[in-house]
Amino acid sequence: MSRDILDIALFTTVTAALATLLMLGPGIALAWLLARREFPGKAIVETLVSLPLVVPPVATGLLLLWFFGRRGPIGGPLEALGIQIVFTWRAVVLAMAVMGLPLLVRTARAGFEQVTRRYEQIAETLGAGPWRIFRTVTLPLASRNILAGALLGFSRSLGEFGATIVVAGSIPGRTRTLAVGIYSYAETGQDRQAMVLLLVSIAIAFTAVLLSNRLAREA
Amino acid sequence: MATFELNFALRQGAFVVRVAERADARALALFGPSGSGKTTIVEAVAGLRTPQRGTIAIDGRTLYSHEQRVNVPPRDRRVGYVPQDVLLFPHIDVRGNIVYGERPGHADFEGLVDLLDLSDLLQRKVTSLSGGERQRVALARALMSNPDVLLLDEPMAAVDLPRRRRILDALLRIRDELHVPLVYVAHSPDEVRTIADRVLVLDAGSVVARGAPIEAIG
Repeated sequence: MSRDILDIALFTTVTAALATLLMLGPGIALAWLLARREFPGKAIVETLVSLPLVVPPVATGLLLLWFFGRRGPIGGPLEALGIQIVFTWRAVVLAMAVMGLPLLVRTARAGFEQVTRRYEQIAETLGAGPWRIFRTVTLPLASRNILAGALLGFSRSLGEFGATIVVAGSIPGRTRTLAVGIYSYAETGQDRQAMVLLLVSIAIAFTAVLLSNRLAREA
Repeated sequence: MATFELNFALRQGAFVVRVAERADARALALFGPSGSGKTTIVEAVAGLRTPQRGTIAIDGRTLYSHEQRVNVPPRDRRVGYVPQDVLLFPHIDVRGNIVYGERPGHADFEGLVDLLDLSDLLQRKVTSLSGGERQRVALARALMSNPDVLLLDEPMAAVDLPRRRRILDALLRIRDELHVPLVYVAHSPDEVRTIADRVLVLDAGSVVARGAPIEAIG
């Protein structure tokens, strides 16, 4: 395997892992809120979270480009602090996280819904406060689902293409991921490289989905 | 001995539980057919259900009062609750379950392990325990929180007959040696007679008889 291919595989795996870490906090919080709380606008939050699953990824990428671009409402202030997002590895992570989040939230939410309220009530009669109950009862009992959701999000990140190419481009050695690489190689007639990348991405994704399914079954 | 003031109405859908009782007891039994409101009363005392009106107090400490707008949250009620399905935390071992609600400076872990004969179980997973073992661990867990009162919902229900005696002995020792008052949802009149010094007989959400077991249920 050539050095380029190895670099792309490594870069993709690392950015997908970072994206998974990035989505974990908000993902768990959203999943818990949707599973356990009634609040005004819940249906809207629910819809927004799932939107990246159905909106064309390129459109999501364009939205991210606007928000995080140098003159965007988020990208502008960050730029002033010397932090560039678009067309850097950060944009790759961001695109992956946004696209993977719905999968994490859906799977984790099912986990929280399975944890019976009664365990939490018992913990409460034993003197535990809400945060301790969440940490010691709710979270561990939902942990398999959360892990399965995180693996699904990770797998989705590995294959992310549409949003990534818009917001991060395909800069060799800087933002080129497996999916984007396959496209770039195929488009420029480098079929052998494209084929190798294809096999590598299948192998990684296969392992991740296999693990995720096993976790979901055991949950 | 504790003074139980249970004076409230609690509606669940079409079902209404109404009680207006004041009882001095070391062990107060709630006795009656399924669906008569026994569990509802226990859950109201634990703070897991909120009445629509009335008062709940133990030894003069108000846990709920509609009039005074008091509703002490379950974590501050100091009631040890052992539900009928026991509900040990499945992801924590026996020791971890027992110390979950430990209130420092009061509960005596070694003493409880000894009293409930749990020393061989401490490292076990709760999923590997028998019905009687679960019940004893749940008792220890509730007692480690140093409760003012212990609420027991049919503690014999999931215990096979030969082992019931052991649980019963433990409960009597909790009552008489640790001096923790009990509220006991009872399965059989025998249990009521053995453990309780007062009983409320319930039917369809109302108290239909009360008094010493021998008077109330014969």
